[in-house]
Amino acid sequence: MRDIKESNTSDVTSISRRVFFKKSATIGAGFTLAMTLPGCVAFESNLNAVSGELTANAFVRISPDNAVTIIIKHIEFGQGTFTGLATIAAEEMDADWGQIVSEAAPANRKLYANLHWGTQGTGGSTAIANSYMQMREAGASARYMLVAAAAQRWSVPVDQITVSKGIVSHQSGVSASFGELAEAASNQSVPKKVYLKDPKDFTLIGRDNLSRKDLGKTDGTAIFTQDVKLPGMLTALVAHPPRFGAKVKSFSDKKAKALNGVVNVVEIPSGVAVIADTFWNAKKGRDALVIDWDFSKAMTESSAQQMQRYREAGNEDGLTAHTQGDLGEAFKGAVKIVEADYEFPYLAHATMEPMNCVVQITDDGVEVWNGSQSPTGDQLGIAAALWMLPGNVKVNTLFAGGSFGRRANKNADYVVETALIAKEHGQSVPIKLVWTREDDTNSGYFRPMYLHKLRAGLDSNGKIIAWQHKIIGQSVMSDSVYAAFIKNGIDGSSVEGATSLPYSIPNFEVKLNTVESQVPVLWWRSVGSTHTAYSTEVFMDELAAAAGQDPVAFRRAHLGDDPRYKAVLDLVIEKSGWDNALPDGKSRGVAIHKSFGSYVAQVAELVLDHKGGYKVDKVVCAVDCGVAINPDIIRAQMEGGIGYGLSPALMSEITIDNGAVVESNFDTHRVVRMRDMPGVDVHIIASSEPPTGVGEPATPVIAPAVANALFAHSGKARHKLPLGQKV
Amino acid sequence: MAISLKINGEKHQVDADPDTPLLWAIRDHLDMTGTKFGCGIASCGACTVHLNGQAVRSCVLPISVIGDQEITTIEGLSSREGKAIQAAWDELAVVQCGYCQSGQIMSATALLENNASPNDADIDAALSGNICRCSTYTRIRAAVKHASQTISVKEV
Ligand code: FES
Ligand code: FES
Repeated sequence: MRDIKESNTSDVTSISRRVFFKKSATIGAGFTLAMTLPGCVAFESNLNAVSGELTANAFVRISPDNAVTIIIKHIEFGQGTFTGLATIAAEEMDADWGQIVSEAAPANRKLYANLHWGTQGTGGSTAIANSYMQMREAGASARYMLVAAAAQRWSVPVDQITVSKGIVSHQSGVSASFGELAEAASNQSVPKKVYLKDPKDFTLIGRDNLSRKDLGKTDGTAIFTQDVKLPGMLTALVAHPPRFGAKVKSFSDKKAKALNGVVNVVEIPSGVAVIADTFWNAKKGRDALVIDWDFSKAMTESSAQQMQRYREAGNEDGLTAHTQGDLGEAFKGAVKIVEADYEFPYLAHATMEPMNCVVQITDDGVEVWNGSQSPTGDQLGIAAALWMLPGNVKVNTLFAGGSFGRRANKNADYVVETALIAKEHGQSVPIKLVWTREDDTNSGYFRPMYLHKLRAGLDSNGKIIAWQHKIIGQSVMSDSVYAAFIKNGIDGSSVEGATSLPYSIPNFEVKLNTVESQVPVLWWRSVGSTHTAYSTEVFMDELAAAAGQDPVAFRRAHLGDDPRYKAVLDLVIEKSGWDNALPDGKSRGVAIHKSFGSYVAQVAELVLDHKGGYKVDKVVCAVDCGVAINPDIIRAQMEGGIGYGLSPALMSEITIDNGAVVESNFDTHRVVRMRDMPGVDVHIIASSEPPTGVGEPATPVIAPAVANALFAHSGKARHKLPLGQKV
Repeated sequence: MAISLKINGEKHQVDADPDTPLLWAIRDHLDMTGTKFGCGIASCGACTVHLNGQAVRSCVLPISVIGDQEITTIEGLSSREGKAIQAAWDELAVVQCGYCQSGQIMSATALLENNASPNDADIDAALSGNICRCSTYTRIRAAVKHASQTISVKEV
C-alpha cells in the first residue's frame, strides 16, 4: 500500500523532520519537544481501579506487577512492529526490555491512524516511519509522569532523578520500579512538552538481537484468525464463481444439507456459502453443492490475449506521468537507440495463512476477528455492507500469517464476505470464513499484469541522453474508495519507481496507458516497484552493454545528485567483491532501487550447471533506511524480502484462461522453497536520517539483479518474468 | 462413530467422519490449533506432525487409517531435539509471521532426530516440503545447524 494521504499530513511530516534534524544537531542533554502527535496529547490518562493499571497515554500502559504494555497500532505479520515500535517507546521510557509486552491496538482512527494516511492501516513500509516520533513522545510522556510521581513521593526535585532499565532512582539511594509508581503516576498530569533523548544516548534503538520471544510463535500458542474459537462458532466455506464476472443463477443445496454437520447454505453476492460445525464438514458440503452459474457477463479472455491487447494499447500515446527536457530533439541527436519491451504476469500474494475472518453480529453491533492490515478500512467496509455506523463495528486485530498487501484489501473483500454470510445466517453466532488454498489462489486479488516499453538514446560517449518509458496495465487504486487518489487519470502506484530514477537523464518521459480487465487487482509487496525496478534496472544493463561499459561503471556515470544511491551501490560492490574476477560456472548481476524512502542495492551471484540450469547461490544486499531502529529486523526483512521477490523472479505467476485462474494450489502455483533460497548477506548503512521502511524495499531489487546475472552470462536480455529454470 | 487417537501421549475420542483429515480432527475437534492449515494437499508442510517419530502431513491423513500410532503435535513437542530446535529458533530470531513455523519446527525436529548433524543437502531434502512465504529459510537453515551443535556440545 502506498502513501495515499501525503498532502494531508505534510504538516506532521515536516514537523517531525525538522525536529529530527534539529535534534540530531543537539549535543548533550535532550531537548524540548512540543507534543503534537495523536495518542500522546489530549488523552486522559487513567487508572484502572481493579487492576491498578496506569494507562499513561494511548500507547503505554503500566501495571503494578511492573509489566509495561505498548499498544501497537500496526499489525504484526512478521515484519516486526511488535518489536520495533515497542523498542522506540521503551527507549524513551528507559524501560527494561524484559518488562515490555506488545498488544495490538483496536480500530480507532483518531488515536491510531497511520500518520502518513489519516486512516488506520499498515503498508507502504510506513510503520516505523510514521510512528517514530509518536512512539518516542508516548514513551517520553510516560517516563515524565513516572518521574514526577517519584519526585513527589520522595520530595526531591525531578532533575535529581534518573531512570534506567525500568528503575527510577534518586541520588540519595531510594528507588522504585515503574510498577510501584504506576498508581502515583496516574495523579500526574499528561505533560504538554517532553524531552526526547539525543540519539547518541540510545540504548535500545540500534541494538541487535532485540526480539520479542513471548509471541508464542515457536510453540504453537500464538493465535491467528484461523485459530479463533468462540462459543457456538460455525465455519463457512464459499463456492466462488469459476470465472471472473460470473454470478449465481440458481443452486441446489439438497445434497449439501443432508450431510453431517452442515447447518445452513446461504447465497451472498460473491457466491454460495456452506455453514457447518467444522471445516471438513463445510468443505464436504461445498463439494456437494450443485450450482448453475450465469456466465453472461463472465470474462472470456486469457492472459495471453490480454497481453496482446496491452501491446495494441502500447501503440497509443497514453497519459504523461512525468516529462522533462525535449525527447524528440534528444533522440535525433542519439548515435544509438535501444528499445526493449518487458512483460509481467499477474501475481498472487499467497500468504501462508489463506484468507479468513470471524464475524459475529449481535443486537449490540458487530465484532470482527481478523489479521487486518487495515482495521479502519475493514470497519468501514462492514459498516457500509450492513448499513450501520462504523462505531458499532469492533475490530480485533490478530496476528496475520503473512499479508504482503492482501489483508489491506481496498474493498475489504473477504471481511465483508464474512459479514454478509453472518447476516444471511442470522443467528447471532460467530461465523468463521475459511478460504482454502485453491480459493485463495483462484479468487484474487492480484498484482496486475503489465507491459513496459522502454526506449533510450545514447550519445557518442555512451551517455543516456533520452529515456522514454511507457507502462500499460490495470490501476490498483481504481474500483475502490482509493480511486479518489488517481490524479488526472494517473494512478501513481502504476508508475512509482519509473518516475524517480536514480539516474540523471536530461530528456526523460514516463507515460501510462491504463487498461481495464475483470481480474481484481491490488497492491502487492512493494507495489509499483515490483515491475518498475525490473524494467528500469534490466534496461540499464542493456544500455550498458550497448555502450560497451561495465554495468556498475555505467550506473555510476549516470547517478544523480542523491549521494545515498551511490553509497548503497558502493557498499554492495565492495562487499560482493564485484571487482574480483568470478570463477568459471558463476555469473552475477547488480540492481539498485529506492522504494518507500529506503535505498537498496543487491548483487546476485548465480551458479550455472552443465545442463543449462542455474541456482541463485548468494545475494549481497546493501540498505540505507535511515536510523536503524533494530538492525536484526532490518536484516530479516531484507532476507525475507529477497526470498519473496525471488518467487516471481524465478517461477511464480498467475495465468488466466477463459476468464479463470489456471493455477490452484502450491503444486501448480510454485513458490520459492528451502532448496531455492540463496544465502543472503545484508549490510546496513549507518545513518542519522529519519527512519524509513524495510518491509518492502528489498523485494523489487532481486529479480533485476538475477536477470542481469543471466544477461551477463548469456548476452540475452530477459524481457519476461518469471525467468524460469534455464539460463 | 468415535475414532480413538493417541496424541501427545494421551488418548482422545474424536467423533468425526472417518475421512476427516487428522489436521481437522486436531484443530476443530480437539481444539489444538498449533498445527496449521496451509494447502490441504501435502504441498506446504504447515500441518506437519510426527507419526511414530516421522514427519507427516496431517492434512492428507484420514483419521481412520492411524490406529494406535503415536501422534505428536507442536503442543506435545518435548524431545531433546525439539527443545533444541525451539531454542535455536528463538536464539536466531527465525520467526516472522510465524504461521509456517509449527510445521517447520516439526520437520526440523524429525530431521535432527534421524540425523544428528545434517548438512545443507540434508536440510534441503528434509525442509523443502515446508513453505515459508516470509522466506525465513536462511535463518531456518542456520538454526537447524545451531541446534545440532548445541546438542552435540551437551553430549560431549
Ligand atoms: S496443509 Fe498440509 S501440507 Fe499444506
Ligand atoms: S514465518 Fe511467515 S510463512 Fe514462515
